[in-house]
Amino acid sequence: MSHADLLDLLLHFASLSLLAIGGALATSPEMHRHVVDERGWMTGLQFNDAIAIAQAAPGPNILFVTLLGWQAGGAAGALASTVGSIVPSSLATYAAWRWKTAREDAPLVAAIRLGLSPIAIGLTGSAGWVVASGANHAEPELWALTAVSALVVARTRINMLWLIGAGALLGVLGVVG
Amino acid sequence: MRKGAPGPGGDGLAPADPDAVPRPHSLTQLFLVFTGLALRGFGGVLPWAQRVLVEERRWLTREQFVELLAFGQLLPGPNICNLALMAGDRWFGWRGALVALAGMLAAPAAVVLTIAIAYTRVADDPFVRRALLGMGAVAGGMILGTALRLAAGQRARWAWLAFGAAAFVGVALLRLKLAWVVAALAPVAVAAAWISLGRRARGEGGEGGAP
Repeated sequence: MSHADLLDLLLHFASLSLLAIGGALATSPEMHRHVVDERGWMTGLQFNDAIAIAQAAPGPNILFVTLLGWQAGGAAGALASTVGSIVPSSLATYAAWRWKTAREDAPLVAAIRLGLSPIAIGLTGSAGWVVASGANHAEPELWALTAVSALVVARTRINMLWLIGAGALLGVLGVVG
Repeated sequence: MRKGAPGPGGDGLAPADPDAVPRPHSLTQLFLVFTGLALRGFGGVLPWAQRVLVEERRWLTREQFVELLAFGQLLPGPNICNLALMAGDRWFGWRGALVALAGMLAAPAAVVLTIAIAYTRVADDPFVRRALLGMGAVAGGMILGTALRLAAGQRARWAWLAFGAAAFVGVALLRLKLAWVVAALAPVAVAAAWISLGRRARGEGGEGGAP
């Protein structure tokens, strides 16, 4: 990958960074258009695999952009796509956070804090629902596994690695899925 | 949460005794804790962030965690990375923000690249496919369970949870665009909170927070 291509990759991901409200996956169709359709840096299958791998692997799901950069241009590409995706949104978040902490006692900040908290919880629940329905489709055994996991996490402090291990085991044994 | 002393400033968040509130004691520890919770985050880091930061380390109260999460979701970028940088800033300023973000990304990036390189060999293995299916079902449940846990910490403000329910219906069930749902709900929720806090301040002469 040439330096011009690397710069193109960096700038494209940077231009989408500030649009990624609710996470970078929201901008993935635009990324697909650029890196698959326009530039031909990877196939659509490789693009989809990058998202699937990043979701299954430990760590933030944003790392799918690292994989896209890797597919497009190796280590330098991975660095360019990751930096491009993370830096603009992080700077914006940091600026907004500093603005807020400097006015901790202002009535508006108190109202923002009180008003947004329930929405944050609702959006977190939505994220769980979207992950579960993407994985479970209409399989009742898988939904039962989701429900049990949710209850265990809500009610106990059991190490959640046991849950993940149990899910993998039940899948391999063919009990679910 | 304890009531602020009636001293000058009235900065309700500053603890009276710094030793009483657990917090990371070094940037190295901050880095390692965020690396550790990120590396356990199969299918999502959020349940681990809540578990480690709120319940194991007690570096954040449940309310503080929800507050960071709310900002992280509303602003552009990955929620969990935004949460990390705001939490890091809370303890160590911009250095903490950088270190927490690096902890969240560096080691997991190496892991995900390793998996991607190995993936071509295991992608078609039926055992791997079935294990991932079961793990996906659990991952969804873990995030739902975390949401339930956070909702239980909201001190029975049922009126406020209605906004949460509306967000859930819009995003999860109706599959509306998240940005539109937030744009529609957030101003109403903040305005309602503003009015409620104003009324409480006039009625009781106290700050918002503990009744």
